[in-house]
Amino acid sequence: MPTLLMFAIAREASGLSHDTFEATTVGELLDLARSRYGQRFAQVLESSRVWVNGEEMSSPDLVLHPDDEVAVIPPVAGG
Amino acid sequence: MTAGDRPTSASWCLVSESLPEVAEAVAWATTPDTGALVTFTGTVRDYAPGYAAVTAITYEAFEAAAVDRLEAIAAAAREAWPQVNRIALWHRTGEVALGEASVQVVVSTPHRVDAFVIARFCIDVIKSTLPVWKYEHTGEESGWSMTGTEATSVEEAVQAWLDTHQERS
Repeated sequence: MPTLLMFAIAREASGLSHDTFEATTVGELLDLARSRYGQRFAQVLESSRVWVNGEEMSSPDLVLHPDDEVAVIPPVAGG
Repeated sequence: MTAGDRPTSASWCLVSESLPEVAEAVAWATTPDTGALVTFTGTVRDYAPGYAAVTAITYEAFEAAAVDRLEAIAAAAREAWPQVNRIALWHRTGEVALGEASVQVVVSTPHRVDAFVIARFCIDVIKSTLPVWKYEHTGEESGWSMTGTEATSVEEAVQAWLDTHQERS
């Protein structure tokens, strides 16, 4: 099952650093995550980037494989 | 870390709760054809937008992706400046106290101008691409950094940097 990784404020909003979803596309996974975690998570997701296997999501229609890692990337602040 | 742990490749990228001393990177980067070596150290400062009297920062990272991106940044630097000798790019995770190093860039080249430019390139691209987040600790209101930027891909950030820094050699 594809995994969703959540960092920083996204992790706080969901209460989890990772979770799994029965989803066939990235868009579907994100819809399920919004309904599973609620409004605050949905708001954080609005201002975040979504990566699949370490790179920017090309399209919400991207088909997921069982080992795929989708990540919610809030605005970054390294350094 | 002992000398035996130093990489044999020309790049040394780390994302870790504990980093080696910068002297380790300096020794590693000083190859026989090195005439210039620049080190940049980012340290935890006592203020940030929205926060006063910062005492520490906790850095959270998407570690696997962050290491991949540091490797990609070092490779992009080598492509833009093939004359570069060695590049070390290190980022700390976990709680980093006031005054301690959070990020370290070490670049060695035959000549000084390139070393300064490449080190600047590396830290600038790190800032806009690395999946790392800051939680600022203060005596009162602690919280996530308010100065985050949307993470761009390394390719986009490299191109944007090169487009705006025409002085590159």
